[in-house]
Amino acid sequence: MTELETQSLTKSTYSQPTFTLGELEQGTQCCEPTPHLAIENLSVSYHSVPVLSDVSLNIYKGCITALIGPSGCGKTTFLSTLNKLIDNNYNATVTGSMKLDESDLVKDTIDTLQLRRRIGMIFQRPNPFPLSIRRNLDLPLKEHGIRNAKTRAEKIEKALSDVGLWNEVKDRLDSSALQLSGGQQQRLCIARAIVLEPEVLLMDEPCSALDPVASAVVEDLIQRLAGSYTVVIVTHNLAQARRVANYAAFFWMTERVGKLIEFGHSQHLFEQPKHALTAAYITGKQG
Amino acid sequence: MNTTRFDFADYLFRYSIYCVSLLMILVIAWLLGDVFIKGFSHLSWDFLVEEPRSSGRAGGIAPILTSTMLILAVALITAVPIGLSVAIWLAELTSSFGKYQQPLTGFVGSTLDVLAGIPSIVYGLFGNAFFSVYLGLGFSILSGGLTLACMILPVFIRTCESGLRAVDRHWRDGALALGMSRVTTIFHILLPTTKPAILAGLILSMGRATAETAALIFTSGYVDRSPDSLLDSGRALAVHIYDLSMNVTGGDANAYASALVLILMILIINVVVQAMLDRWFFANTRIIRSTTSTHQ
Repeated sequence: MTELETQSLTKSTYSQPTFTLGELEQGTQCCEPTPHLAIENLSVSYHSVPVLSDVSLNIYKGCITALIGPSGCGKTTFLSTLNKLIDNNYNATVTGSMKLDESDLVKDTIDTLQLRRRIGMIFQRPNPFPLSIRRNLDLPLKEHGIRNAKTRAEKIEKALSDVGLWNEVKDRLDSSALQLSGGQQQRLCIARAIVLEPEVLLMDEPCSALDPVASAVVEDLIQRLAGSYTVVIVTHNLAQARRVANYAAFFWMTERVGKLIEFGHSQHLFEQPKHALTAAYITGKQG
Repeated sequence: MNTTRFDFADYLFRYSIYCVSLLMILVIAWLLGDVFIKGFSHLSWDFLVEEPRSSGRAGGIAPILTSTMLILAVALITAVPIGLSVAIWLAELTSSFGKYQQPLTGFVGSTLDVLAGIPSIVYGLFGNAFFSVYLGLGFSILSGGLTLACMILPVFIRTCESGLRAVDRHWRDGALALGMSRVTTIFHILLPTTKPAILAGLILSMGRATAETAALIFTSGYVDRSPDSLLDSGRALAVHIYDLSMNVTGGDANAYASALVLILMILIINVVVQAMLDRWFFANTRIIRSTTSTHQ
């Protein structure tokens, strides 16, 4: 453990983190903060080794929440806990509580397939299926019981228009999605997620595999999606987090366990961080 | 300074590789050429549609072709669905075993590898004891086909399994994150993507099955007349070639012609299977083979 870390951990109120949301002075005011996902004391371990410990925070409806922190501090684990993708790893154990509406995603038995329709996910590397552009969106719609081909076609057009891809691909809907450029592929993946009309979109470093131009287009799109969707975005690009996010959560790894250090309005977190570690990380002194 | 120094070891290595490759090509070319030259003059339409006469010295191979096709059909109809199912189970559905997954798939995998290495005559004896005697199928096309199915299953399963395992994990995650069921993921995304591996397994299996002699002598029999039903005995092409060249004096010419037919048959079946799969099962999917080019 570095000197700064030890110092900040002993001096600060680290043991009892309290996160209160102050008034937002400026920047994108997205909404009145109503919790969409209320997460309390969430811990995750793989093979009984804890990787994420005691995370409590609210994901607010219609807002963009950015998760920042160094690699390996549990951001992606946290994200995949939210849509229960982590259940696929049989070595993982999740404790705590995670409330979506009235149901607790940790304790209650829930229909994972339906849950994932409500909570969509975008991955770091664009992953369109090796099918045609149309079928990439058609397949999930069919899977979720939309039998009418015309309805599906309308939804596909709407989703592709929403991500600004319709004009680029409308003449080649039946050609392979893998022929698109990286940025287009990522927007197709976003379209594939929003075609199911989810409430929450989880994004795991959606721009990190893209060039700056494509990255800007996708970032722009994420900002437009806020309001209609609740967005949780993991990013290593602090400038991007600052630009797009309404709320920011800073994760850090202590003794190989990921912890939430600070959570608040992104403006507060970036300009007046309460915790010494946050300050060190966002100014580039550590991490 | 002379930078292109002559490196004798490098030179020797390069040219020995060339020589060995050339040797391999020559052996295959010689083999095919020999069969072609000696067999082609005896090949005619009559050869394909006539019954064999005088133990195969004269006449054609019509009933033998029928038996071969029937045996192959029985083998593939049995082996392909079972093989694909086991491959899917091994590659996709064992994760629920948790910490027992690795030992379990490892054990099943190495069992299959051992089975794949067993000489075909052992399969023949097993088929005879199990299908012909115990199940009472006798010397029949059915016994022969089922024995061949047992023989080709291990290789087919392993090829399909490794194909499925090679599918990009990101597509699986993507499908799961969209709330797609296992069944849809497997049938609409994984299997079409695995098509090249499945095809390779199929072609490998068919090649082995069509060329098989030892496993069939004890199971589908030796009789060179046309089979009446699947429970009737029938002689496979490879058995016919073996018989003509080893047991029938003066049968060499027809043995060569039959060998040529066998080679052509395998070639035609491969082309037809590929076309069938393309047309019926993978019509909806346009797969770009070199997916690596889009994912740097």
